Amino acid sequence: MNNQFRMKIKALTENVAFTRSCISAFCVGLNPSLEQLDEIKTSSSEAITNAIVHAYPTGGDNFIYVEVRIEDTNLTIIVEDEGVGIEDISQAIQPFFTTKAEEEHSGMGFTLINSFMDKVDIISTKDKGTKIVMQKNIVESTNV
Amino acid sequence: MKIEIMHQPNMLIACLDGELDEYSAVSVREKLDRAIDLAVVQNFIFDMSRLTFMDSTGIGILLGRYKKLKAKGMCIYIAHPSPHIDRILKTAGIYTIINKIA
Repeated sequence: MNNQFRMKIKALTENVAFTRSCISAFCVGLNPSLEQLDEIKTSSSEAITNAIVHAYPTGGDNFIYVEVRIEDTNLTIIVEDEGVGIEDISQAIQPFFTTKAEEEHSGMGFTLINSFMDKVDIISTKDKGTKIVMQKNIVESTNV
Repeated sequence: MKIEIMHQPNMLIACLDGELDEYSAVSVREKLDRAIDLAVVQNFIFDMSRLTFMDSTGIGILLGRYKKLKAKGMCIYIAHPSPHIDRILKTAGIYTIINKIA
C-alpha cells in the first residue's frame, strides 16, 4: 500500500492532540499492533510539541508542517518548522537535556522518539527551521 | 484532561483521566499543586488507570511534583499505568525515585 498526506497546522499546543490522532488514524491501514500505534502516537506528539515549544520563541503566527507517507510496510513521519533551528543537535538529543527546565520540560522527547521509532533524522539550519524525519517498519500484527 | 483528588485516611489519590500533554499540562500542574499545598497526609498516589495518553510532558510534571512532595516529607506512588505509559516511565527512570504500587 502506498499513501500519503500533508497538513499545515498553526503552532499552538492545542493542535497537538488533533494532529497526533490524525497521524495514528492514518496508520491504522497498516494494521499495526496497539503497542506500535502507541509508539507512533507518542513519537508524533514529541516531535510536534518540540516544534511548537522551541521553534518560535518570539511568538506570532507560525506554522508546523506534518507529512506522513506509507510505502508498503514502511511508515515515514516528517515534522517540519520554519523556526530558529537547533544549535547543537547532539546535545539536544541527550536524555534530560532541556533549555526550558524552569517550565518543567523533562528533556526526554528525543529519547522517547529514538526508543519507539526505527530511524530518526534531524536536519536543522539556524534561523531556517528544523525537520524531523521518523521512520518505522510496521510488521503486520495479529493484535486487535 | 480531568483530575479528581480523593481523600483517604493518611492518603491523597490524584486520579488522572484523559490525555496528558503540553496543552493539558498547565491545568494539571495547577490542580496537583493546589492539592499538594493543602495536603496534611503522608502518602500521595498518582492513579493512572484512566490516563489514556502521556508523552514526556508527563515526566516533567511527575519530576516537578516529586520535588514538592519530597520537600513536604511525603511518600509518592504511581498506580495502574497502561503498558505503554509504564514503558515511558521506565525509559525515563521514574521508577528509580517513585515506586509503582500496582
